[in-house]
Amino acid sequence: MSEEEQVVIHGLVCPRPLAHDETVVLGHGSGGRMTFDLITKTFYPPFSNPTLLRGDDAAVVERPEEGKLAVSTDAHIVAPLFFPGGDIGRLSVAGTVNDLVCMGAQPLWLTASFILEEGLPLYVLQAALESMKSTAEEAGVQIIAGDTKVAERGKADGIFISTTGVGRIPPGRDVHGANAKVGDVVLVSGTLGDHGLAVLAARGELGFEAQIRSDVAPLHGLVEAIFAVSTDIHVLRDPTRGGLATTLNEIARQSGVCIEIEETMIPVDPSVEAACEMLGFDPLYVANEGKLVVIVGAGDADVVEAAMRDHPYGTGTKRIGVVCEAPERRVLMKTGIGGTRVVDVLSGELLPRIC
Amino acid sequence: MKYISEYRDADLVKKVIADIHSTATRDWVLMEICGGQTHAIVRHGLGQLLPAQIELVHGPGCPVCVTPLELIDKALAIAARPEVIFTSYGDMLRVPGSQRDLFSIRAEGGDVRVVYSPLDAIKIARENPEKQVVFFAIGFETTAPANAMSVVQAASLGLENFSLLVSHVRVPPAMHAILNSPHNRVQGFLAAGHVCAVMGYWEYPPIAQTYKVPIVVTGFEPLDIARGILETVKLLEVDRYEVTNAYSRAVTRAGNQAAQQVIDRVFEPCDRKWRGIGMIPESGWRLRPEYARFDAEQLFDVEAIQAEESPLCIAGEILQGLKKPHHCEAFGNPCTPENPLGATMVSTEGACAAYYRYGRLEHPA
Amino acid sequence: MCLGIPGKINSIYESDGLRMGKIDFGGVQREACLDYVPEAEIGDYVVVHVGFAISRLSEEEAQETLSLIREIMDIEEELGPEVENT
Repeated sequence: MSEEEQVVIHGLVCPRPLAHDETVVLGHGSGGRMTFDLITKTFYPPFSNPTLLRGDDAAVVERPEEGKLAVSTDAHIVAPLFFPGGDIGRLSVAGTVNDLVCMGAQPLWLTASFILEEGLPLYVLQAALESMKSTAEEAGVQIIAGDTKVAERGKADGIFISTTGVGRIPPGRDVHGANAKVGDVVLVSGTLGDHGLAVLAARGELGFEAQIRSDVAPLHGLVEAIFAVSTDIHVLRDPTRGGLATTLNEIARQSGVCIEIEETMIPVDPSVEAACEMLGFDPLYVANEGKLVVIVGAGDADVVEAAMRDHPYGTGTKRIGVVCEAPERRVLMKTGIGGTRVVDVLSGELLPRIC
Repeated sequence: MKYISEYRDADLVKKVIADIHSTATRDWVLMEICGGQTHAIVRHGLGQLLPAQIELVHGPGCPVCVTPLELIDKALAIAARPEVIFTSYGDMLRVPGSQRDLFSIRAEGGDVRVVYSPLDAIKIARENPEKQVVFFAIGFETTAPANAMSVVQAASLGLENFSLLVSHVRVPPAMHAILNSPHNRVQGFLAAGHVCAVMGYWEYPPIAQTYKVPIVVTGFEPLDIARGILETVKLLEVDRYEVTNAYSRAVTRAGNQAAQQVIDRVFEPCDRKWRGIGMIPESGWRLRPEYARFDAEQLFDVEAIQAEESPLCIAGEILQGLKKPHHCEAFGNPCTPENPLGATMVSTEGACAAYYRYGRLEHPA
Repeated sequence: MCLGIPGKINSIYESDGLRMGKIDFGGVQREACLDYVPEAEIGDYVVVHVGFAISRLSEEEAQETLSLIREIMDIEEELGPEVENT
């Protein structure tokens, strides 16, 4: 790369000229010496744990003594790679951890597989890995296996990360989408739409500025705080793509119930609300990466709400609705002015409107 | 949010709705011609709070819905060209043409970009001098000032790689067409607030007098819409066919003169086909001959493209208030927002789409 | 065709011959063209549609509308629901 060339990766501008060993090149994916160097010098340091450092073809772990295992996998693609409140590294760990904890599992191990774009500056990769490390530490998980491939320039958008997670479900927990019962209370752990809009603002295509930060966070601690006070938790789910509306519809369908929510109780940050009004988005459909929907037996709703509010990731917890019998498999919302409307799943992409 | 929250005040809204209940002594059919108002009514669940005597018909107020099928096909043909960057407001991407939509053109490698404002399209044109940037200029009178300014800017910047694919429509001719129809049931109109912010409401008194319908300029928040309905009903109850302004914080009788001047400079009236309704004379705007170099329809030689609507679709009758979505045999199956057959299902504001998403409780399909 | 929302003008500047403003929509900022509201100044509220201000909002009219409705509410509470609305 010449002295004058600027490397722009999704908003990060690198002013220094980059030498050959400071970017990812195709040789790094070849499996030979360069791959070995990349792994030992760049990947091992942040993820150092005995299992990973053994360097074998597969990680070998001890089976937990009791409880079922939960397994989840997710691929992570985001542009820009770094955005206010988070980055692809944090997203890749938190996302899979949250899928596990939504089954009531305690996360144990993660694997991480990377597709790197030829030309990616190594310092960008390093920053993403540091972020994975700190998020994994926060969640108490170890990254025990991994893989790296390099794709030609133009074929991978910087970095793609795929993570698979394994967790242990302590006996006595029965949390899944078909478990919502009539009379249950529906809680949400905080403001909606932060992540989706933070990323959209950071992309810059729609030209707006907002002081909105992604909420990306691992929610294992919040979930354990909930189980510490109640044995009547029926459903946990993190409302990611498609937002709260899509998540509640999934649950309503799986459980064969109706979920009724109140518009005035739905927490939305004023900046997110303003951005949604401007673009014609509905916050109910915007992605979240650090929020929890909790469906709990009515008797335990109060203690669960209090326990959630006490946790740093649940301070904005609100009781937003109840589970009813009919109409089945529907989500209804009582609007601020007292009307009722059906809340459907997201269809296609969220697009800014002019109407 | 200032100028929004006050107009969503539940107590004030309920009060006005109670007034509507006590004022209406007969059945009345009202129409709004504004996608934004349709959306607001459905989003806030306003329809069910009204007395059973008031029937609200959602007219052809969504510029996305009324864009003729052949124009979508022309857009797709242009967007598929390798030298073109096709820019559009977000709503249009999902609208299917005879076979495909802009999303699928993008998937096949076409450069299709969503923009929030036509000025963004100008910026793209400046940054990509080797490409032809085409902007899909749809909209009612509200959007015309923006679209017109983009042409003025392009001219003043001397851009040679920027053009507009124009599909502008105007409200007053549509009102004439609806009220003129022998089957017309509409007795009162809520006039679109932001259309009037631009054009004023001086065009409406002749319509009100000729057809004996009250017309009330109405805003978009629940309180505004409730007030618009209340004022219309009050006028109907005493047989007064007048035009009044219930959105006075944003609308004056003369409208926005600066905007009207620029529109007039760039556009001239023309006949326009409305999807589902057909040709309405003088109901559209097209670029004036002196701006022909910015007319994508001429530049890209797509004038010959024709298209046929689905025979199952009754959008025309729905747009005129003669039928409701659940009256359509195809509603819900096979016609859905994911697989729309016609104008009123293609956009989220279309009457059928709004019904499908929000209203199915009352009329399960 | 009407998604226009109110925002407050925070600053005014010229860009490529157009009068532009930085508009605050209650926590979100975006630039909009102010050529169509030449009378609008910093601190004024405007309705913005696709990046253009199309109308300056009148605080006086807004207040009048709201207080009219509130007044009628108060009167009716005092006298009962038979009062004729003007």
